Amino acid sequence: MNNENKINSSSLAKLARLARLEINKDSEDNLIKDLNEIIGFIDQLNEVNTDNVHPLSSVTGHELPLRKDEVIDGDINEKILENAPEQISGYFVVPKVVE
Amino acid sequence: MSELLRLNVSQVLEGIRKKEFSAVELTRCYLDRIEKTKVLNMYLEVSADRAIKMAQIADEKYKNNTARLLEGIPIGVKDMFCTESIKTTASSKILENFVPTYESTVSKKLWEEGAINLGKLSCDEFAMGSSNETAAKGNVINPWRSEEKRSPGGSSGGSAAAVASKSALCAIGTDTGGSIRQPAAFCGIVGMKPTYGRCSRWGIIAFASSLDQAGPLTRNISDSATMLKVMAGHDPKDSTSSLENVPNFNDFLDKGVKGLKIGIPKEYDRKGISEEILKSKEKVIDFFKQNGAEIVNVSLPLTKYALSVYYIVAPAEASSNLARYDGVRYGLRVDGDSLDIMYEKTRGVGFGDEVKRRIMIGTYVLSSGYYDAYYLKAQKVRRLIKNEFDEVFKKVNYILTPTTPTTSFKLGSTQDLLTMYLNDVFTVPASLAGIPGISVPVDLDKNGLPIGVQILGKPFDEGGIFQVGKVIEDSANFDLFSEGSYK
Amino acid sequence: MRDKNNIKPGQIQGQKNLWEMVIGLEIHAQISSNSKLFSGASAQFGKQANENVSLVDAAMPGMLPVINEYCIKQAIKSGHALNAKINKFSVFDRKNYFYADLPQGYQISQYKSPIVGQGSIKINDFENNEKIVGIERLHLEQDAGKSLHDQHPSKSFIDLNRTGVALMEIVSKPDLRSPEEAASYVKKIRSILRYVRSCDGNMEEGSLRADCNVSVRRLGEEFGTRCEIKNLNSTKFITQAIQYEAERQVEILEEGGKINQETRLFDTSTGQTRSMRNKEDAHDYRYFPDPDLLPLELEETLINKIKDELPELPDKLSERLINEYKITPYDAAVIVEEREFADYYEIAAQDRDGKLVANWMITELFGAIKKENLSFNDNPVPPQNLNELVFLIENNTISGKIAKEVFLQMMKTSKKPKDIVKEKGLEQVTDDSVIEGYIDSVINDNRDKVEEYLNGKDKLFGFFVGQVMKVSQGKANPNLVNQLLKSKLK
Repeated sequence: MNNENKINSSSLAKLARLARLEINKDSEDNLIKDLNEIIGFIDQLNEVNTDNVHPLSSVTGHELPLRKDEVIDGDINEKILENAPEQISGYFVVPKVVE
Repeated sequence: MSELLRLNVSQVLEGIRKKEFSAVELTRCYLDRIEKTKVLNMYLEVSADRAIKMAQIADEKYKNNTARLLEGIPIGVKDMFCTESIKTTASSKILENFVPTYESTVSKKLWEEGAINLGKLSCDEFAMGSSNETAAKGNVINPWRSEEKRSPGGSSGGSAAAVASKSALCAIGTDTGGSIRQPAAFCGIVGMKPTYGRCSRWGIIAFASSLDQAGPLTRNISDSATMLKVMAGHDPKDSTSSLENVPNFNDFLDKGVKGLKIGIPKEYDRKGISEEILKSKEKVIDFFKQNGAEIVNVSLPLTKYALSVYYIVAPAEASSNLARYDGVRYGLRVDGDSLDIMYEKTRGVGFGDEVKRRIMIGTYVLSSGYYDAYYLKAQKVRRLIKNEFDEVFKKVNYILTPTTPTTSFKLGSTQDLLTMYLNDVFTVPASLAGIPGISVPVDLDKNGLPIGVQILGKPFDEGGIFQVGKVIEDSANFDLFSEGSYK
Repeated sequence: MRDKNNIKPGQIQGQKNLWEMVIGLEIHAQISSNSKLFSGASAQFGKQANENVSLVDAAMPGMLPVINEYCIKQAIKSGHALNAKINKFSVFDRKNYFYADLPQGYQISQYKSPIVGQGSIKINDFENNEKIVGIERLHLEQDAGKSLHDQHPSKSFIDLNRTGVALMEIVSKPDLRSPEEAASYVKKIRSILRYVRSCDGNMEEGSLRADCNVSVRRLGEEFGTRCEIKNLNSTKFITQAIQYEAERQVEILEEGGKINQETRLFDTSTGQTRSMRNKEDAHDYRYFPDPDLLPLELEETLINKIKDELPELPDKLSERLINEYKITPYDAAVIVEEREFADYYEIAAQDRDGKLVANWMITELFGAIKKENLSFNDNPVPPQNLNELVFLIENNTISGKIAKEVFLQMMKTSKKPKDIVKEKGLEQVTDDSVIEGYIDSVINDNRDKVEEYLNGKDKLFGFFVGQVMKVSQGKANPNLVNQLLKSKLK
């Protein structure tokens, strides 16, 4: 692996932590290789001059539509909880969080 | 194969209306066909009982003379569309047990016009892939030369294969960077990606929100036009949904190409593209000339950067869109001692390799210190790419390109990531610009595999694209039932 | 060493140096809307778990946000009230992080382009001098849900009712220099938002809460490293937390230590701040524009229309009350604290002596309300009644002393003061002959004192006044008593 690689074992761990992804030790090397390959590829954008170009985040031509302030939703507890892996007394349940 | 399976949408509508057969009979034919094509691994879920019930209602409607636009048309649904009380997984383990309590706007519109839901079709996991090889439930096999076990393309591989194998009369798919057009080309059918905002995204599992668009996969242009008419339209539940009027797309079909200017961008003749595909493109240029169109050479110099932009923007949005799959409210949960361990295990086990790669890339390009260099840069180049299309469309009415650089490849044959990504090289630019595009089958290559070409148009000019596509269809005379198709 | 008594609020005398606090606040104010910022579920507080939750709030696959128009207008209105610049172009971004009560895995917020830019408000510092506090920005964002950690030994429970409720985050500049100023700033913001009715300001229910950024520096030096104390929901806690945190930092710095920039929690039971155990280690929110939404572009005409419709705000109102009713700045400050107080006052003071009404309202009414533990809106004395009471004093129907008795009855019964005075026969006695009768009886009973008075012991005059008033049961008009006594005792 050369020094130009942007992803190494420790940056991979940091990204995986941010994305909350458990990465198998066995697949780590392959993943690092793949990610560096992709990053190497997308780096070619540096060739394009983008001075004074306004970034485009949506191709939609219209304005942001606004909604009236009306209560027209909710009161569907059963639907909300229907697919829950774990629930008690109408709450979703997760392992205890210590703040 | 039942003769009923040979009929296209307008023929079916007419046949039922004339009482030549019933919607129930037709639906049973398709359900039988689904059984017979099981080996192709297209359907994740077959909603047989529901389909029969819907067909019975359709027959009632015909009896009462209240038949709707798609009354009795059996349709397969890509598993990216949430379907009420039918399991919806996005071909991912992380949603393996998810049953929505709601119906996506687009599929709902189809059912409200009398279409019949045959079931859910496999795709690449979260629509991330170009070969259908990332699906949790295994590969879909291209119906063409099926013994060779080739890829149907992706991500809407199940949808394209189902239509090509006559296991659905029509199918719906989603296209983020080519996911309708590329599999349509691989399977010898018509695949339309409408203008961004044309079809509501509400209820479609999001991959990359600024690119995702639903569209029809059909046997011909006319079916595509009929389907899109029903699927399109403003939805107040989707802020990016367009208010643009939805015309009757079938009205465009017989207008021909006389006097139209068709642009041929030189940048799409890149190395690595199959000779036969280039030949097919030349053939289509001849069709256009013969029908009175003017061929104009144009240039879209930034084309070569489109894939890089795409592989920044799409993973960035995906990394955020897929954060909701955390094992708390629905889907897979793998227990852990703490919340974070639960998250990491659930997502580690629930997502496949390609999805993980894209989440990691997306996280990387958005992370502090890299945002400007990657994400922001990509958004700027995206603007330039869109501007380039705008400029070219001042000179020409439509653009013709190949849909894919190659025809279908054998499953498992592409080991290299970037080679796989190159599958979308011709479809991605239109996705970035938000413009509509269609893939129309033209030929079979020397291996007997379908070749498609792509027509791109201005925003909301799907009608015109159908019009141009129809000329190709009529001239090419591509036969979906020819030697090599699934018997 | 400096005299401890010379230390101003917000300063800390350490072993070696005199330190000064530098405080900036991020206030999260819930917009008083019917429905949520991006969904049609109710924004109400305190219903059954997961009841006010839509598919969008629960971040079901394929769900999309659509913005609430009312919330945008409230943000614009609040921005105007903070004398701030309204940005015609603003962007909604995703702030990405994982938490059990954040269903989307991101919060929709505004990062680089907020709807409201810089502004300022006035507060009073500890010497009651006016002080300008800069506002950095105001932006719209979604609230998160609620995690309950005390329901189960090994599990946390998640309720998404609050998820997606519209918040305005108001960020101050680091202009505050003492816990008291911070509290006064929060009160002022609360008051302003309540005036424009964009937020109910209910701190107990969490409609308004603050994150405090605290650092210390030697007087006049550069800003130090700051710590952020999260989620304080009362001015008392804000004051305590800032004081504790600043002292903690001074102690560390004087011992040669370094402050770690971190997020801390305030423990209301111990009055201390502590580092969060669950560290959000790699704080990297990966903000980017939400592709499900478009930029918000506002028309100049809408911005101006909302400005024109703005109600009179506390500072302006206070100025007007001082001029119009001749009350003191202190009285005005108390009265304008709540819009309801001011509305009450203006009715009570109509055609009356404004100062007198202010005294009655601030001392008697507020005192009684506090004693009875009532909320202002539940108080049994309508402003018309207080107006009438002051009228009765002004026209000598009753004395100030009797008025206090009448007021007690008004609090008890909600009756009109005129009726109480009539029922209890409390009218002031202004009939000369009746008062002369009282005086005669006092003179008769105090012959010796009259003697002394007439021999030059002038100060006994007050004694006679008191005796007459006593005999009249307080009802005699004191001026008349004075006048008549003087002529009788010649």
